[in-house]
Amino acid sequence: MGRTLTQIGTVTAMNLRSLPQRKWTSLATVVAIALVTGVLLAFLAMANGFQATVAGTGASDVMIAMRKGSESEINSTLMREQVLLLQEAPGLAKASDGKPLMSPELYVIVDGIKKSSGLKANLPLRGLGPLANEVRRGITIVSGRMFQPGTNELVVGRAVSKQFRGFELGAKMRLASQNWVVVGEFDAGGTVFESEIWADVAVLQGLYQRGSTVQTVRARMTDPANLEKIRAFSEADPRLKLDVKSEKDFYAGQSRNIGDLILYLGWPLAIAMSFGALAGALNTMFASVDARTREIATLRAIGFRGTPAFIGTMVESLILAAIGGLVGAVGTYLLFDGLSAATLGGNFTQVVFSLKLSWSLVLQGLILALVIGVAGGVFPAWRAARVPLLAAFKEQ
Amino acid sequence: MSAPLILLKGVTKSYTRGKQTVPIFERLDMTIPTQDFVAIMGPSGSGKTTLLNLLGGIDKPSGGEIVFDGKRMDNLDESRLAGFRAGNVGFIFQFYNLMPMLTASQNVELPLLLTKLGPKARGDRVKTALEIVGLSDRARHKPSELSGGQQQRVAIARAIVSDPKLLLCDEPTGDLDRETAGEILSMLQTLNRDLGKTIVMVTHDPEAARFAKRTLHLDKGHFSEKDLAA
Ligand SMILES: Nc1ncnc2c1ncn2[C@@H]1O[C@H](COP(=O)(O)OP(=O)(O)OP(=O)(O)O)[C@@H](O)[C@H]1O
Ligand SMILES: [Mg+2]
Repeated sequence: MGRTLTQIGTVTAMNLRSLPQRKWTSLATVVAIALVTGVLLAFLAMANGFQATVAGTGASDVMIAMRKGSESEINSTLMREQVLLLQEAPGLAKASDGKPLMSPELYVIVDGIKKSSGLKANLPLRGLGPLANEVRRGITIVSGRMFQPGTNELVVGRAVSKQFRGFELGAKMRLASQNWVVVGEFDAGGTVFESEIWADVAVLQGLYQRGSTVQTVRARMTDPANLEKIRAFSEADPRLKLDVKSEKDFYAGQSRNIGDLILYLGWPLAIAMSFGALAGALNTMFASVDARTREIATLRAIGFRGTPAFIGTMVESLILAAIGGLVGAVGTYLLFDGLSAATLGGNFTQVVFSLKLSWSLVLQGLILALVIGVAGGVFPAWRAARVPLLAAFKEQ
Repeated sequence: MSAPLILLKGVTKSYTRGKQTVPIFERLDMTIPTQDFVAIMGPSGSGKTTLLNLLGGIDKPSGGEIVFDGKRMDNLDESRLAGFRAGNVGFIFQFYNLMPMLTASQNVELPLLLTKLGPKARGDRVKTALEIVGLSDRARHKPSELSGGQQQRVAIARAIVSDPKLLLCDEPTGDLDRETAGEILSMLQTLNRDLGKTIVMVTHDPEAARFAKRTLHLDKGHFSEKDLAA
């Protein structure tokens, strides 16, 4: 056992020391594997960052009610009568005057121009009820102030002012043939809300001819466990029969689809590219074996078995792959980690999020790199183990 | 006359090239006594290298028997043949076949990695082998830093380091100038005379053959012996 290890160690060290003689093809292989790893990790980081942003949105003690089967806020409508009925639901937190902490909301789409591309993109404009501030927590105005109810004033999420043109504090704009002014900018802890524009719900109802209807109702519960009671309450009344979810579950559900979509794009692309890298690895490793044919045959003539030649070749391939994988991971980290991106969220509106690498993602990238290393090494290693001994007698 | 180290009995060897079978030897007999030093000469393509390969367990005969030290070895499997080579044979090649990435002493150490010897014992053996070939002062040099003659001496040290009975040399001086060739051949002579190594050496050069105890001429698959030792 010890002897075999010494043999393998010696042959492997010999291999690796001769690597500089094959530096260009080896480097090409490393670069190809680094690219594959980098592309995969960029996609994984995107899916991860998206999920972190969207799934991190919403509180478990805030309930959201929508029309049954509407899936997203934009498809939902609720009558005034339903909103009033919901106020009687059990388990809701109350304001000092005894009114439930509830915010009937509108959710419409407006155009924004992205700073990066100059292209139009959808932005969600949300109308908030008067108690919205007490329903949602973790929202802070970072500059300016909150809008005055009943006026054409807007507050914008941080991501909106950062990524879209003309939303800075004091900016004036026309929305729904009316003049508006941005009076504040808010921080929502990096959640989806930071990609929204907020205004007074009553003003939007008028402008968008919604009469007294809204789209969703949010309400604060005294306890997350009250959700079941509220659901039962809604089911028991044929006038309600609404979809009642916790806000947290709602956003988690939204993130799953898009997050999966990014994943399902990333893996096939990375795997398709892997075949290119694999071809390069095979080429490099066959060249390496061919260059060492006489050395290997000489070792065999001396009495070495094929195993050290096999393992030596595999190790060389795996080392090239590991270097490629690490370069890819470090490259992705330096280039992309924390980089802002935007994509269509569940409502075909823009969600701004950051790419986020994690150790488990890096591990997935390295595994892909090593799989390429194994596949690219095994056939050349097999050839190395079977080099004809007679090759020792030929001039190279 | 000492006991035979190697016996070839009715050995045949042919290669298949495409659909054709090319016969090299038909019913070849040969006896190599222990401590013999035999030179093998003959025209190119006559099968000299093939014969060395058969003697060294690198190639297998198509028929007949090869007996080494009283034991048949023509029917050993790949793995046992590797063990046979490691234990009994030292090869010396025309182009030295040193590992370019290893120093002289690391090259010499290679065969010892197949033995049970520990690092200390291996180091001592390597030192002795390099002393025998007169290269103690070049132990840390890479092959590229050595002359052709010095490289061949490292190769000889590698061939003798694990103390095999048989040395097989294929044109060991084919790539060297006359003076250097003379040094190498004298060294082989010394190994034969003082250390009792049995040596089979293929050569084109009658001058080189003169260092051997006897010379066999191989032609068209058969030997014609002329004793040139006198
Ligand atoms: N692996 C092989 N496959 C097919 N034919 C071979 C093989 N090895 C050798 N031969 C053939 O066998 C014959 C003898 O070859 P060998 O190498 O033993 O000759 P040699 O006497 O050593 O010649 P040289 O003096 O040129 O080295 C040649 O005709 C050669 O072409
Ligand atoms: Mg030959």
